[in-house]
Amino acid sequence: MTTDRQDGRLDGRPEAPGQSFRYAVNVMPKPGILDPQGRAVEQSLPHLGVEDVGLVRVGRRVELSVAAADEAGARATVDRLAAELLSNPLIETYAIELLGAVAPLEAVR
Amino acid sequence: MTRIGVVVFPGSNCDRDTLHALELAGAEALPLWHEVADLGGVAAVILPGGFAYGDYLRAGVIARFSPVMRSVAAFARDGGLVLGICNGFQVLAEAGLVPGALLRNRGLRFLGRDVLITPERLDTAFTRSVPDRHPLRMPIAHGEGCYYADEATLTRLETEGHVLFRYAQPDGRPAWTGDDDANPNGSLRGIAGVLNEAGNVAGLMPHPERASEAILGSDDGMLLIRSLVESAAERVAAGGPVAVAAG
Repeated sequence: MTTDRQDGRLDGRPEAPGQSFRYAVNVMPKPGILDPQGRAVEQSLPHLGVEDVGLVRVGRRVELSVAAADEAGARATVDRLAAELLSNPLIETYAIELLGAVAPLEAVR
Repeated sequence: MTRIGVVVFPGSNCDRDTLHALELAGAEALPLWHEVADLGGVAAVILPGGFAYGDYLRAGVIARFSPVMRSVAAFARDGGLVLGICNGFQVLAEAGLVPGALLRNRGLRFLGRDVLITPERLDTAFTRSVPDRHPLRMPIAHGEGCYYADEATLTRLETEGHVLFRYAQPDGRPAWTGDDDANPNGSLRGIAGVLNEAGNVAGLMPHPERASEAILGSDDGMLLIRSLVESAAERVAAGGPVAVAAG
């Protein structure tokens, strides 16, 4: 990778533009884990006149892009991040969703 | 003089109180900056309260990956004494150095008030100076303090004696989940503090350092601070383990 402007490239742009893949990681409290946020949302529903909604669970969605040669490599990185950082396996589950192949990572920064 | 380290993360806010309490207990108290892996030859480490790295993502998780925590984890694996208070407990749980997790308080609110806790054991490195199992008064100040572990883990903690503190009624009876006055965050089985399997790492949500002088309204917490200092001094006298930098 070069950041040399003399050859006309933008700072931080890879020499051989690779591919990057954009993912969403959806993190949810495990079934059976008390979810006080979901319960608070649920308890607010009558104030909106909504009676026919229940089982509200509040989770977290993280979107990220990974530069990699192929999708399998990118997914392996996301899987590791999701398991070690983005979720706590004791209390949460996660699901990885591919949003698509996008421009090289450096170009979208 | 026994040297004890207090880790300072960006967002720690009880580090100075903890250093002060350690000095009152006769220790040499050393702040340990989160970006520095060298633990400075300390005989014990405290992870203090606060909001390390803003508590972003989950309380404690980002702190877990800091350079100092790699050294603390290695120190703990070697048998070194580590105490996590409040946010420090959350960091230990995220790092897997103590069992379980700290969930959002059942009532969703941040809680800043005194609680009573009873020590389940008086023979640990963290409770040896506590004279009996009468309730100890100290403050809590947290939004995510609801102790959670799965049923099998909870039962194992109890049968193996790794529950260190429980929230308590004034008469010392345990405060179970649903007793919102005495166990205000809803911790399962009333657990306020736990030990790891080897007994050298402990975490608790209440703040002993904020109850370490009579002028603060309670000095019950000093019993825990003093326990740690005495245990650390004994270990130094016996030849270690004393922390070094991670390789």
